[in-house]
Amino acid sequence: MRRQELRLSGSGGQGLILAGIILAEAALHDGKNVVQSQSYGPEARGGASKAEVIISDDIINYPKVNKCDMLLSLTQKACDKYIDSLKPGGVLILDNTVTEHPNRDDIKIYSIPILETAEDTLNKPMVANIIALGSIYQLTKVVSKESLEKAVLSRVPRGTEELNKKALGEGFKLIKNHKDSSYGEVC
Amino acid sequence: MAERTVKLMQGNEACVDGAITAGMRFYAGYPITPSTEIAELSAAKLPRIGGKFLQMEDEIASISAIIGASLTGHKSMTATSGPGFSLKQEGIGYAVISEVPCVIVDVQRGGPSTGLPTSPAQGDIMQARWGTHGDHSIIVLYPSTVREIYDTTIRAFNLAEKYRTPVILLMDEVIAHMREKIEIPNDDEIKIYNRKKPEVNSSEYLPYKVKEGDIVPEMASFGEGYRFHVTGLVHSETGLPTNDHKIAEELTTRLVNKIEDNVDDIVEYEEYRLEDADEVIVAYGATARSAKSAINALREEGIKVGMFKPITIWPMAQKQIEDIAKKVKRISVIEMNMGQYFLEVDRIAGKFTKVDRYGRVNGELITPEEIVSFIKEG
Repeated sequence: MRRQELRLSGSGGQGLILAGIILAEAALHDGKNVVQSQSYGPEARGGASKAEVIISDDIINYPKVNKCDMLLSLTQKACDKYIDSLKPGGVLILDNTVTEHPNRDDIKIYSIPILETAEDTLNKPMVANIIALGSIYQLTKVVSKESLEKAVLSRVPRGTEELNKKALGEGFKLIKNHKDSSYGEVC
Repeated sequence: MAERTVKLMQGNEACVDGAITAGMRFYAGYPITPSTEIAELSAAKLPRIGGKFLQMEDEIASISAIIGASLTGHKSMTATSGPGFSLKQEGIGYAVISEVPCVIVDVQRGGPSTGLPTSPAQGDIMQARWGTHGDHSIIVLYPSTVREIYDTTIRAFNLAEKYRTPVILLMDEVIAHMREKIEIPNDDEIKIYNRKKPEVNSSEYLPYKVKEGDIVPEMASFGEGYRFHVTGLVHSETGLPTNDHKIAEELTTRLVNKIEDNVDDIVEYEEYRLEDADEVIVAYGATARSAKSAINALREEGIKVGMFKPITIWPMAQKQIEDIAKKVKRISVIEMNMGQYFLEVDRIAGKFTKVDRYGRVNGELITPEEIVSFIKEG
């Protein structure tokens, strides 16, 4: 597998750094090389937050994401800030609360209700990050399903396993049911 | 051989795990970004193995505490960043002259002063070398991967014990905060060095007498029946202060030479694609990772570039740099500062070849693309 660069962006408190760590651990279970990094402001909640994951069969030297293959943005601010870093042909996953879509015709955009599904279907806003991981998997297959599930279950608090499994499943569904899912695998 | 554990690990965590493997049983510190996880994880892990963690009121107290703990026989560490590292300099000097083994981690951030708290920089190269006053030598190590942080932290403790000196571990925010795959070496792959304890009894013990054939004095631990005096003043073999000029000359010279005479043992480095290189990059820490990516890209275009990556940055790998300089048409020092290591490399290599520098101080890691275009410009 060639080097895949993924960027998860949103606001602090949405669990994106944990999502990045889980994705990285899943890649590790798959036997890949992986680097995960993050940046965030001084705030505990509400500031801009981003997590980055690089997955590759080769040794990963330069550890930063420059141009990414996939961008997840849960807020308008994050989308506006990072949209230029998405490669041509790349995949953009937007929460459907992001209403101003970028004016780019060289990328594939998936607008899905991640935050709403967490809040209304699962009654737990905090699992939005796990739903997002499910959608990222379904769209990119950058890690295997088994490894992703294993990584999720080993990182979430005890007693929340079923909830998080359900959240992953909701994430898969959001892409499966998406009208434009024929674009399929990008990796 | 038993299978190694493979994990996703953060750089700061690898530092704590390496330290504990090396025998760290005492940590004192004052948290500061981007080193804070080292304090947090030490606080979580040390009590479980019979160690002690102290959060002190400031950085000066922290380094004083680890010096005290080390004198009781416990391997000790503190971690900080830029402004905190400035505050620790007085204590580092005290550890140098009193020959107390300890490890000081500085996860660098943009400076001067509070600077850029969450951004990477490599601006403490010279502060690590000359931050404390007076003539002295110092050992400074600089890892560039999470695995290297683990190994280098162990080595920092080993060198501190062997040479009875503070050892500084310089780290980059980039590696300290990122997580990557690490294969943890098994116990039988790891060498641990412990300080030499006195063989004589308390009444015959001279705390600063170097035995024939030894590099440093044997070190008793407070609490084991040996009574001795420790001071930041120039002292005789008894450990008591003196103004004797002859003793002062001997002591300072010995403290410098115990390191400078053993450079071959202390210096560690990595050579990357050097065999047929006619042009060489010198880079360390995170910048060396960017340089590797750049070198791979340049090689694909037929440009023969290699890298010399010092892992021990002080003392310098003078001999190795000299040998390279005699063979290549140019050496480029790439670092996230305005030329701190460049001038030293130039001092060594400048007589033999052209030495250039490329640097940046905006709080961002230098990219492979930048290095590629810098090398191509010639």
